[in-house]
Amino acid sequence: MSVLALEIGWGWMLAFKALVILLIVPLGALVLGYTFLLKMMSHMQSRLGPMDPGGFHGWFQLVGDGLKFLQKEDIIPEDADRRVFAFAPVIVVISTFLMFVVIPIGPVAIVANLDVGVFYALAVSSLSVIGVLMAGWSSANKFALMGALRAAGQLIAYELPLLLAVVGVVMQAGTMSLQGIVSAQQNGSIFGWSGIGNPFIFTQIIGFLLFMIAAQAELSQTPFDMPVAESELVAGYMVEYSGFRFLFFFIGEFGTATAFAALAATLFLGGWSLPGVHGLPAELLGPLVLFVKLMGVAFLMFWVRFTYPRLREDQLQAIAWKFLIPIALANIIVTAIIKVAF
Amino acid sequence: MSSTEQPVTPTNASPDFNPVPDFEVAPGMQRHLADARVNVELDTGDMIINLGPQHPATHGTLRLVVRLDGERVIAADPVIGYMHRGYEKLTEFRTYPQVTTLINRIDWLSSFANEVPFVHAAEQLMEIEAPPRAQYIRTALTELSRIATFLLFLGEMGLQVGALTPAFYGFRDREHVLNLIESATGGRFHPNFNRIGGLKDDLPWGWIAETRNVMKIVLDACDVFEDLVLGNEIFQARTRSVGIIPGELGASYGVSGSNLRASGVDWDLRRDGAPYLSYPELDFEVFTHPDGDSYARYWVRLQETRESARMVLQLLDKMPSGPIMAKVARIIKVPAGESWVETENPLGQMGYYVVSKGGTGPFRVKIRSASFSNVSILPWMLRGVYVPDVVTILASLYFILGDIDR
Repeated sequence: MSVLALEIGWGWMLAFKALVILLIVPLGALVLGYTFLLKMMSHMQSRLGPMDPGGFHGWFQLVGDGLKFLQKEDIIPEDADRRVFAFAPVIVVISTFLMFVVIPIGPVAIVANLDVGVFYALAVSSLSVIGVLMAGWSSANKFALMGALRAAGQLIAYELPLLLAVVGVVMQAGTMSLQGIVSAQQNGSIFGWSGIGNPFIFTQIIGFLLFMIAAQAELSQTPFDMPVAESELVAGYMVEYSGFRFLFFFIGEFGTATAFAALAATLFLGGWSLPGVHGLPAELLGPLVLFVKLMGVAFLMFWVRFTYPRLREDQLQAIAWKFLIPIALANIIVTAIIKVAF
Repeated sequence: MSSTEQPVTPTNASPDFNPVPDFEVAPGMQRHLADARVNVELDTGDMIINLGPQHPATHGTLRLVVRLDGERVIAADPVIGYMHRGYEKLTEFRTYPQVTTLINRIDWLSSFANEVPFVHAAEQLMEIEAPPRAQYIRTALTELSRIATFLLFLGEMGLQVGALTPAFYGFRDREHVLNLIESATGGRFHPNFNRIGGLKDDLPWGWIAETRNVMKIVLDACDVFEDLVLGNEIFQARTRSVGIIPGELGASYGVSGSNLRASGVDWDLRRDGAPYLSYPELDFEVFTHPDGDSYARYWVRLQETRESARMVLQLLDKMPSGPIMAKVARIIKVPAGESWVETENPLGQMGYYVVSKGGTGPFRVKIRSASFSNVSILPWMLRGVYVPDVVTILASLYFILGDIDR
């Protein structure tokens, strides 16, 4: 097996893969948190944001925040179900780790090229709600419980449009493997012109929009952030967490945002592929290309997050069942007809 | 006394007490509720939840004891008094000039507007009147504090329905107005600038030109809020037909100010009350909205912010010259008598009933503050709404805790 054209043994390979996965989640959370939460939000809301720590643009701020969490006292409420309480944030983060397993960052740079990659990624992403439910239930706090139940209701409503939005892509690519979807986009052509391949965002624009909306709900970001809803439930299921456990939720939130942005970039924007770049340059450039595309998608997500108000729980359900799912089904039918016709 | 029964509140009610026996369910929902009861075999109970005293939606220390059935509120009971500071009693141990320091702290967002009715009441008893220039400056500063209060509301309301960004725009633009108030009075929040018979100081150099600039900023900010918040479909979905106050009911609860005007009651003390300050000489419009919901309250306050900015510009154009203090003795003694002055404050009708027995301090002062009456309608409004709507309603009523508890 080769990575970056180097021949290495399977043991080193495994260690390398584990290291990448272990690093990519905190790193992704750090980058997204810094770029969007600190800098972009501050610019949008015309506040300075922390600009001092570390010198250039306050780059150290987020690291400092992380270190601060490590020093905080670990508080577990007296009535809490201690084991469940302690284990809940871990599950949330694990589900984030698992998502990165199938996301390719180069022609061969992928931890596991599963045949059911898309299916797997979306399935493990919903594992996090178990952690959220555990957190809400075990906190012995009514606000936390309400937040957790809202999260569960939201997941049931939005898992369906999320999956249905991807079905169009899968049909067009003819495979569920993410690597296969990327190569289908790279080697495709738009009406015979193969200059930029065929990024599915052109043919599956409805699917892309549905995916982004549903991902927003899945990540519980505004306008679907009822599970955390600062102004109503204070912080929802996270309300009793402090210190390192809270940091876990934070990493989970932004790590999952990274994962979904990467997934959207892979499914709709061609992933690591750059038009006209093949072979070794593609392997070298792959991670960078994916990162740029991922940041573009994440920018959209956070732009929406910092702009819109929050919907109400019943309105959220109505949007999911009455609008998103019918549109997604129609999209699938149209895709199928076109696929068969051409 | 025929009965010594305590009123039943969610705090002392027995578990099987149903506070709202004739709970109205929307016609279409009746069947769904029946279905739910049949299909669910689990024993469900109501959940009592405390919103506050420390909760971000309560602007301070209001406590709402909310009885919930799932996400739906069955009954809500506001518990006030966590910030009671006893100002009515304290005034009895202060001289008249000292009292203005206290009443600055009632509605701390528009302190200047608080001072005006009390000073007026004292002036009425002494049968003096502040010179025209002082009246104009008072009017301008009152309107500026109204703008400051409403700018905060326009952003805060966005925050309470979940949009973080408008709140910062509100704070940012209010800063300009606070700077104006500070440069004129020396205090950003608690100016303590009114004196019985006039004002402490004249306006500083360049204040009028600066105010003209800031009013442009305020008008621009209103456009931003109209686009960003009011025009947003999600905001409309969250606020339309949420927390409806019928006009007559609101009036019977003592709701006043923008809250009542948003229910279609065309009543503004600046125009309809006993003439005070320079309002009779100003040309301004009073906005009403027929709907009476949270959206209407936001709309009315947005229009009133614009109108206030226009009023300030008018005042600056018409500003007369002359003294800023009437002839008042060094030690103020108010003749015996009683006077009641009510004004249109940003939060609603604010009034002071001052009883004097002819000393240097008031004998008794009754403070009628707007928020106290405004929140009295909360138990009625919060029945049957969802939890997120509770927050919307609280935000759209726009009360200040200091104004409730005094």
